[in-house]
Amino acid sequence: MLSLKRPLFAGLAALSLTLAAFSAGAEAATHTLDLSGTEMSAQESLQTALILAEPGDTLLLPEGTFALTDGLSLDIDNVTLKGAGPEKTILSFKTQEAGSEGLMVTSSGVTLEDFAIEDAKGDAVKVMGSDGITMRRLRTEWTDGPKETNGAYGLYPVSSKNVLIDNCTAIGASDAGIYVGQSQHIIVKNSRAAFNVAGIEIENSYYADVFGNVAEHNTGGILIFDLPGLPQQGGHSIRVFDNRVVNNDTGNFAPEGNIVGEVPTGTGIMVMANRDVEVFDNEIAGNGTTNVLIVAYPNEYEDENYFPFPQGIHVHGNRIGEGGSAPDNEIGELIAQITGTPIPDIIWDGRMPWGDYFFGPEAGNGIYIGENTATDEGGQVDFANVDATMWYAANWFHSTKRELPDHAGGPATLTPVTLAPVTQPQEAQ
Amino acid sequence: MKRAAHILLGLALWAGGVLPAGAVNMEAVLSKRPAATLSAYGLFEDGSAQRPAKGVLPYDLITPLFSDYAEKRRFVFVPEGKAASYDGEDIFSFPVGSVLVKTFTYKDESAAAAHGLRLIETRLLIHGEDGWLAYPYVWNEAQSEAVLKVAGARMEIPVPRPDGRTLTARYAVPNVNQCKGCHVSGKTLEPIGPKARNLNHDFAYESGPANQLSTWQEAGILTGLPEGGPGAWPRVPDWSDPESGGLAARARAYLDVNCAHCHKEDGPAKTSGLFLTWQEQDPAKWGVHKRPVAAGRGSGGLAFDIAPGDPEASILHYRMNSADPGIMMPELGRSLIHEEGVALIRVWIEQL
Repeated sequence: MLSLKRPLFAGLAALSLTLAAFSAGAEAATHTLDLSGTEMSAQESLQTALILAEPGDTLLLPEGTFALTDGLSLDIDNVTLKGAGPEKTILSFKTQEAGSEGLMVTSSGVTLEDFAIEDAKGDAVKVMGSDGITMRRLRTEWTDGPKETNGAYGLYPVSSKNVLIDNCTAIGASDAGIYVGQSQHIIVKNSRAAFNVAGIEIENSYYADVFGNVAEHNTGGILIFDLPGLPQQGGHSIRVFDNRVVNNDTGNFAPEGNIVGEVPTGTGIMVMANRDVEVFDNEIAGNGTTNVLIVAYPNEYEDENYFPFPQGIHVHGNRIGEGGSAPDNEIGELIAQITGTPIPDIIWDGRMPWGDYFFGPEAGNGIYIGENTATDEGGQVDFANVDATMWYAANWFHSTKRELPDHAGGPATLTPVTLAPVTQPQEAQ
Repeated sequence: MKRAAHILLGLALWAGGVLPAGAVNMEAVLSKRPAATLSAYGLFEDGSAQRPAKGVLPYDLITPLFSDYAEKRRFVFVPEGKAASYDGEDIFSFPVGSVLVKTFTYKDESAAAAHGLRLIETRLLIHGEDGWLAYPYVWNEAQSEAVLKVAGARMEIPVPRPDGRTLTARYAVPNVNQCKGCHVSGKTLEPIGPKARNLNHDFAYESGPANQLSTWQEAGILTGLPEGGPGAWPRVPDWSDPESGGLAARARAYLDVNCAHCHKEDGPAKTSGLFLTWQEQDPAKWGVHKRPVAAGRGSGGLAFDIAPGDPEASILHYRMNSADPGIMMPELGRSLIHEEGVALIRVWIEQL
């Protein structure tokens, strides 16, 4: 005999009640959601509201902690979902039974603000294919601290345009706290990422400004990556400035197989295989492997369109403290073997296309290290090109270069990212 | 709000069963709002018995999507005087007003379940004026009516297995957004199943077995079927029947139906770079030595989607063999592991 969990017609009656709770008329309206669970579960109330919202609507989440059992999803344009604050409105997914994210957004012009997503089984907030997504004063957290079984990403916009992440907090993600992938026109500012594997990661993306953030106690603070085999690649035009990237000292707890699983504990800012990246005016210290790491994509790949080397990287004006005294994993150990410990503050693996290796990169395609200031007493900002190319190819010819690269031309001048205004909701029918 | 009013009005109009039996209600089909009850559409002469109305044709798929061991009854309706046009690769182009019907059932010999089948839900894909729409209708205890559940539902269902075990499915009726989760292509909703290659075999009609594509053509609901008969039309093997195709073909047919609605170039999983369509020729794209991108703990500590010869080292196998929401694939549509499907993929990877 089958046991249905509860009478179905009761469910229909409850649905009608929720529908009635929405005000009549088609103008943009503000709805305060009842998540008390008296008429229907918080899950059903919230999901029903997210489905029945009209473009332009604001859905207000009350104060309290609400237990959800399934992933939530929003697919209506121009909707604002707003709580009472990141410590006051808490959507807890500890009891989640299905769904690979806490909240999935697939529509455009959406604002999410003032609430927390805790303990999602997979990603906390995933935004896919959205044009105009704002996340403000959100908190995503896995509350048992860093664990391999935590979800991969906290805030996870992908394949999106005009992305704003402002004043958010991301804690405990087993991949990246704040991860923007395969997107364009991105601002990540004034946010805090802590106790994640990667604090903030910008991957296969174009035109990003990452500033005013704190990345601390992650495995790696801020990562700018480009990976092969993806619909959007060739990441470029990214500025990382005015951030505090300090004490990234949490052991790497990413499940193996993921690229961030290769990041050494104690990596400050890492740039891999992008072009035109400017890292400036950051405070970087207390990162045990190295404060700044610039590398080519390290793995084999089958993708003839992929360019694995960093080009046009500009590091200047940063205030850099102690670091490099606790190198981690094979990468850290390899660098330490070449440079000695402590590892210099700024490390470049020296890998380039063969032509560039012998004749120098074309103007604008080099690695440009400007003035950076040491903040540790008696310290200095030191640099090493560890020449990984020759280390592997012909170790006899290998030489570590301590002097700054003297590449032709100069870095590209990057302009601030501007986001297109969110389109106004169309007149509803 | 207007949607609410429509649903409630619909309920009042149609709950009384004022429709004539055996006629599809085109007004309900073409309405911008879903009807509150399944019977309002008039798709069934007898819904409880799953006996379709006139003009509604039963069909099945050679290799179907796994859905927690549910047995699915499928029906197609194309408005009179119109026809779908044939496509050798993609979904047929169905005219406005077409409806694809899928009822999820489990065997149940108890008295409450008429005809030895317990009806759980009936999903409709309706081709409206502005494109396809998807709605789930959940059957009541009495099995007399199914009602719209836009927010979905979850229920526990015992699933007896041939070896005597009884599994418990945490069966999920998808909400409207979740329907889109699988049925979206680019930005628009689309059917998944009725492709030529997955329909091209005999169906046991009341009048006897006959090829489904020929039957659709004879019924006037399909045009453009190429000459040459079933042998000339594309066909996927039945994943579960070694007589119907080689191991690789059956594995790829299984992945095509169970995974490729997301894992295709304009599907929701395009950002993974893993493409599992029947047509995909590049081994790196269907997973061989392909590294995970944003799999999180779904990677299971493994380096590649498919490590040839080594299923235990292959993420594809690992995620199919899990029922943990943070790991399992597909993300939706099952709470149980498809043991037989996993076994197929396992043997296939072993022999790669």
